[in-house]
Amino acid sequence: MTTTLVAEVVIEPESNVAPVVMPETPVPVATDVTFRIRRYQPDFDEEPHWVDYTVALYPTDRVLTALEKIKGEQDGSLTFRRSCAHGICGSDAMRINGRNRLACKTLVKDIDISKPITVEAIKGLPLEKDLVVDMEPFFAAYRQVLPFLIPEGHEPTKERIQSAEDRARFDDTTKCILCAACTTSCPVFWTNEQYFGPAAIVAAHRFIFDSRDAGANARLEVLNDKEGVWRCRTTFNCTDACPRGIEITKAIAEVKQALIFRRI
Amino acid sequence: MQTHEFDVIIVGAGGAGMRAALESSTRARTAVLTKLYPTRSHTGAAQGGMCAALANVEEDNWEWHTFDTVKGGDYLVDQDAAEIMCKEAIDAVLDLEKMGLPFNRTPEGRIDQRRFGGHTRNHGEAAVRRSCYAADRTGHMILQTLYQSCIKEGVEFYNEFYVLDILLNEETGEPVAAGVVAYELATGEIHLFKAKSIIFATGGFGKVFKTTSNAHTLTGDGMGIIWRKGLPLEDMEFYQFHPTGLAGLGVLLTEGARGEGGILRNAAGERFMERVAPTIKDLAPRDMIARAMVQEVREGRGAGPHKDYVYLDLTHLPKEQIESKLPDITEFSRTYLGVDPVTELVPVFPTAHYAMGGIPTNVETEVLRDNVNIVPGLYAAGEVACVSVHGANRLGTNSLLDINVFGKRAGIAAANYANSVSHVELPRDSQEQTIALVEQLRSSTGGERVAPLRRALQETMDMNAQVYRTEVTLKQALIDVQGLRERYKNVSIQDKGTRYNTDLLEAIELGFLLDLAEVLVVSALERKESRGGHAREDYPARDDVNFMRHTMATRKIDAQGQEYVHLDYKPVSVTNYQPMERKY
Repeated sequence: MTTTLVAEVVIEPESNVAPVVMPETPVPVATDVTFRIRRYQPDFDEEPHWVDYTVALYPTDRVLTALEKIKGEQDGSLTFRRSCAHGICGSDAMRINGRNRLACKTLVKDIDISKPITVEAIKGLPLEKDLVVDMEPFFAAYRQVLPFLIPEGHEPTKERIQSAEDRARFDDTTKCILCAACTTSCPVFWTNEQYFGPAAIVAAHRFIFDSRDAGANARLEVLNDKEGVWRCRTTFNCTDACPRGIEITKAIAEVKQALIFRRI
Repeated sequence: MQTHEFDVIIVGAGGAGMRAALESSTRARTAVLTKLYPTRSHTGAAQGGMCAALANVEEDNWEWHTFDTVKGGDYLVDQDAAEIMCKEAIDAVLDLEKMGLPFNRTPEGRIDQRRFGGHTRNHGEAAVRRSCYAADRTGHMILQTLYQSCIKEGVEFYNEFYVLDILLNEETGEPVAAGVVAYELATGEIHLFKAKSIIFATGGFGKVFKTTSNAHTLTGDGMGIIWRKGLPLEDMEFYQFHPTGLAGLGVLLTEGARGEGGILRNAAGERFMERVAPTIKDLAPRDMIARAMVQEVREGRGAGPHKDYVYLDLTHLPKEQIESKLPDITEFSRTYLGVDPVTELVPVFPTAHYAMGGIPTNVETEVLRDNVNIVPGLYAAGEVACVSVHGANRLGTNSLLDINVFGKRAGIAAANYANSVSHVELPRDSQEQTIALVEQLRSSTGGERVAPLRRALQETMDMNAQVYRTEVTLKQALIDVQGLRERYKNVSIQDKGTRYNTDLLEAIELGFLLDLAEVLVVSALERKESRGGHAREDYPARDDVNFMRHTMATRKIDAQGQEYVHLDYKPVSVTNYQPMERKY
């Protein structure tokens, strides 16, 4: 629904001057958008129920903006977590039109607004209120995989040496912001809350494949548990849900390989 | 109501709080209280790096770093504190590496370093590679690494516990730290925490502005609590506007983008920083660049349909360099503006970013109750504190450094103090004020709502107290803020429940924001000079004779019972560097 206007700007070819096309932003238009939010107020409600709200939004507005507007202008009791509002703190993972996403990284222009947009809490963790779940089981699983460096040997006076290649080996899994979008999109986790879930395995991967770490065996022992990495059924839901673009299924596969061959 | 007892209570679980916790928890019984989860803290949004004169890629030393910090801060920096920070920077980086932080590496496998604004070789000769970094998510990696280390050390966290008051024992006539009162978000319960030492590490208050890189949760709670206790706040007029916020949104794009070779251009494509800072150009300090950008727009050289922003140009950099060293900001630009930095110019404009001022402390992070005396047992570190290592303008990367150096110092000092004293009695009815605050808001039937008041505050602050200020604009801001403070007395909330009452939380936060906005504006009105981040168009020059001194603001009550902002001053600590004209 947006049109991109591109103005061609001719620029003198001097060293000081950029020989590029200048982008121009389209003139935005606000549209009424309806959100169907699954509400649950534990002090007052027996059961969760759906409530519709309509707000005027620009195509570039985030779903988080909509929630803020609803809370600020229509119903102050609407409850959700949020902080940074640009996809780095991991507070506002929720199910938007049935998919786990960060509300602050989901733009109105990228979703179908011809029918109400459904918003509900992430699944598989205890529902506390509206879009808020109890995160404790999630962080408990994370803590179990020993998510910290376990070095061995003499501590150097300066930094440990690590080649750029060794550093690249685990780069992808250092991006995790612990938003739980992956774990709570996993069908295995929904039916078996003992399963560590993809986020914890991502954390384990980040250290198992770090050349400075010597704790791989201890971590692999944890993940070899019957509720560990073997529960993964490779549905790729986690990879699809990750707002940081981490190749989670691949990371899990690498951990499985390491377990089979006991070799990093 | 539950009562807990610890040796050390740390309020806030960002970089400073968790770095403190790692030291304190091995020495004394420690708990960390945070209104979020630790990994949600705004340290995680920092991007570009953490400077330390490791000299891994070129000659460097901590004295040069100190000089840059002092000059960058427009000579309002306490030079003894800056020396400590820049000297201890080297160990601070190595500590993080040993905890597992995945720094980018040189071809030899050492920690890689890149250029950053205002960081120079040999007192300003040229830009130097001093910033240690992990792509453009250095803050994220620091936050994760510290949290992971806290798990390793078994640090005790109270997540989603919102501290609303500090308790001071004044039996001897002088305040001594005794504990804090916290509101448990999950249940609505009030908790009392007795402690021998208390460390405030609650971050900044960027939400007084509309266009800001700050998280929704950065509402100045720690500074606000200190303010209401009648303790001073230092240099609150000095607020940093980061040059490269995504235009219209304020989302931060790291200065590291310019460290990697990015260039700022106006609508005509001109590299305007060449005119302003001929030696280091786009790597001049943030205050100078932010002013230059505003000038470009004011003089009609802005870009876009409203000519109200400039461009960050990365298009001459190799695609792989952009995608490997600046992946996050590339994604922010693509996601939020639909602009691909690899091939297109990114619209940028200054965004409210960092409070140079805050709770005054000495270099041991002990909180000052006046220019000389401390509050025993009370500590502050990080953005909430003013040591002052940033003076009138913070250099890029020095905040991640600040939280690590002074967070560590706070943890050690607080634990040592706690181990040397016994608990003092909590003041009588210590929780009453907090319960009254919560109940008043929950039961109020006033006609004012939080969101419109907050928006009005942010709009007047953006309009009147931003990059450029005058007596006229600041007076307007003051009138507006005072009017909003009156209206705030009639604020009510809709959520009458007890559990996860974020409606209540936001109302309390707004109260702190309004208090701090007034302190900022009053302090700015009285500083009749331009220095660092405080640019007065009616007083364009720096005035070292009258104003090379820190502002100390305190809440006082006049004879009519009205509260007002009382201003006093504190000398700047000068060791090696006499003020000079600030050219780059």
